[in-house]
Amino acid sequence: MKTFIRAASCISPQKTFESNGFLDDIVESHETRLNAIQPNYGKFIDPKLARRMGKIIKMGVATAMDCLQKANVEIPGAIITGTAYGSLEDTITFLSRMIEMNEEMLPPTAFIQSTHNTVAAQVALMLKCHNYNNTFVHKGISFESALLDGMMLLQEKEASNILVGGVDEMTDVSFKILTRLALYKRKPISNLKLYEEESKGTIGGEGSVFFLLNDQASAENLAEIVGLQTYFKPGDAEEMEVKIQNFLKKYSLVPNDIDLFIMGKNGDLENDKVYHDLEKNIFKNTPLAKYKHLCGEYPTSVSFALWLAAMIFKNKTIPEIVLEKPCNSFPKKILVYNHYYGLYHSLMLVSDCSI
Amino acid sequence: MSETIYIAGLGVISALGNNVAECLTSLESEEAGIGDIRYLETTHCGKIPVAEVKLSDTELQQRTGLHENTSRTTMLGFMAAKEAMKDAGILMDKSFRIGLVSGNTVGGMDKSEAFFTAFSENNDKGKLRFVHDHECGCVTETIAEALGIKDFMTTISTACSSSANAIAYGARLIKNDILDIVVAGGTDALTKFTLNGFNTLMILDNNLCKPFDENRNGLNLGEGAGYLVLVSENVAKKLNKKMYCKLSGYDNSNDAYHQTASSPEGEGPYLAMKNALKKSGLNASDIDYINLHGTGTPNNDNAESMAIKRIFEPEYPLMSSTKSYTGHTLGACGGVEAVFSILGMKYGMIFPNLRLETPMHEFNFSPVRKIIKEQHIQHVMSNSFGFGGNCASLIFSRI
Repeated sequence: MKTFIRAASCISPQKTFESNGFLDDIVESHETRLNAIQPNYGKFIDPKLARRMGKIIKMGVATAMDCLQKANVEIPGAIITGTAYGSLEDTITFLSRMIEMNEEMLPPTAFIQSTHNTVAAQVALMLKCHNYNNTFVHKGISFESALLDGMMLLQEKEASNILVGGVDEMTDVSFKILTRLALYKRKPISNLKLYEEESKGTIGGEGSVFFLLNDQASAENLAEIVGLQTYFKPGDAEEMEVKIQNFLKKYSLVPNDIDLFIMGKNGDLENDKVYHDLEKNIFKNTPLAKYKHLCGEYPTSVSFALWLAAMIFKNKTIPEIVLEKPCNSFPKKILVYNHYYGLYHSLMLVSDCSI
Repeated sequence: MSETIYIAGLGVISALGNNVAECLTSLESEEAGIGDIRYLETTHCGKIPVAEVKLSDTELQQRTGLHENTSRTTMLGFMAAKEAMKDAGILMDKSFRIGLVSGNTVGGMDKSEAFFTAFSENNDKGKLRFVHDHECGCVTETIAEALGIKDFMTTISTACSSSANAIAYGARLIKNDILDIVVAGGTDALTKFTLNGFNTLMILDNNLCKPFDENRNGLNLGEGAGYLVLVSENVAKKLNKKMYCKLSGYDNSNDAYHQTASSPEGEGPYLAMKNALKKSGLNASDIDYINLHGTGTPNNDNAESMAIKRIFEPEYPLMSSTKSYTGHTLGACGGVEAVFSILGMKYGMIFPNLRLETPMHEFNFSPVRKIIKEQHIQHVMSNSFGFGGNCASLIFSRI
């Protein structure tokens, strides 16, 4: 049983949505926060509905619908989302009003939309889709949990045409709190120079990426997801090296078989240590890429990396902007490795499936 | 690959008691845990009844040994998950791959409320340690670490079906040979956020709720946690104890009707029950008891009844909503009610639907009003339906 990506749709701080280009016109920002480019949602969501929706719902619904259109699928066999924070904007709105109004005269809309499953629910509602519907909310592996669910459903022959997405929003309040929690750099920085300055902190981000998964081989498939593995507190870089080698061994591969290694570097000294160690050791001969200067750091950002891998296979080109070490030949096997604040690590092995 | 998923351990905490034995005593003696607000600090105190766990945050901290800023959601979850692990006799000796799959909806909201009270006035104020563990995933992570579970953990949030879906996902992780043992269920604490949220929707009963009654007026919110220890056939053979039962069916379907309301014909509940039956290979007539979602809102109980009618007519199984005891424990209810369903099966008891006076006129079936004992129960179904149309149904079967 194989897992193929039939289609993908991405809203991010870059021009990735409804765009003909592939990261060839990069948006530069000079803050410690990258905002997702908000498209005209009219094509995907009734404007009357959209006015009441929080950003995360709009981003999620639009990418889900766009992904289905690209795959030419009307009703997906399952809708699965991963989101660490859920509907932050609505949650904060209701929470703040509740405090300010001393628990009186509260309108219900923000509460109704604050539940973490709102994106998956809205997609189901708009499609009148009664099929499997799940939402994973586990910090830095929310998206991976959703993806694993989708892969298991295919394995179990429970569903095909599975919609899997990773979505998180940044709001002014969450940005303020996360800044106070010292996640971000102390001074504004260009995202294009994120890796040049050796300092603490990263830049925040947000976005929504949806994939349509299938187990049927087709010339239209973008990529095959060969393997997925998550780890909790796996130890130091040396232990991670062993874990990566063991992971690859399951697919009869060694690090040198990897044509492109996409890393979750975010510009924070401590965070990037493990990547530096890997690129000096087991991946010293491997072309390298990174992506968080384009989408920012957020708990489901690895969905952007998977989108990047799929688009590299589709477009048969690697955008200059992601490359750290040149890639001379066209890649057939990409390994995506990300970790979220050292706690949650994940590996995704993605391969070209063009015939 | 294990085809059969066994239940090796149970753990629960609710307004009925702090563990399985205490909850069982209350269920058997038909004593509800719903009453005036005692622990939650809110202006609704004395006006809206709730079903609180009868321990303060400080008492929970003392019992769990978790640090003082730990969310109530986490502490409740840890109490129940630890009990389930101990009951199953699981040793953390690395011979098995062990995971925790836990559902919740509020995460560390109780602490975030404290943070936002100061933050709302001045964005540079508010103690960061209160907001640090806001995310739903933090709850699961802290419980897993306290239990020593490292191989796998994840969190599901599908509103009121969260923990039922967590149990199904846990079973599938075993079936797919990813894990051998999964502690699965969920936890949710009462918070001002949820109390006020449900209050704005005008679906809270100002008196004790009356699920499936013609004159029902809404739900009472509750809190708690419930976990099952799911094990593979291989683990079941190696554990030196009798398994409670097996998880023979499960399903996740969506009502796709409205963000907060159920469809009049109960399409989502119908699909969840029907598909769970199909997966279990059972006929509708094989089900001896349904633990209803039965919140007590006019809308839910009508939709659920319609769905039951469509599936079971003319032979209805015994049924009841134990939310008449515990209130609606939201993300925890699937776990809490799975534990109650399994206890009923083990001890041959049907726990009644308390305070039912007038059965719903539209239907020719109604829940059990008095406890039934010495009842042979072979198969039970447990329903959990949530906002966003997320409907889940589980079926447990005697071995």
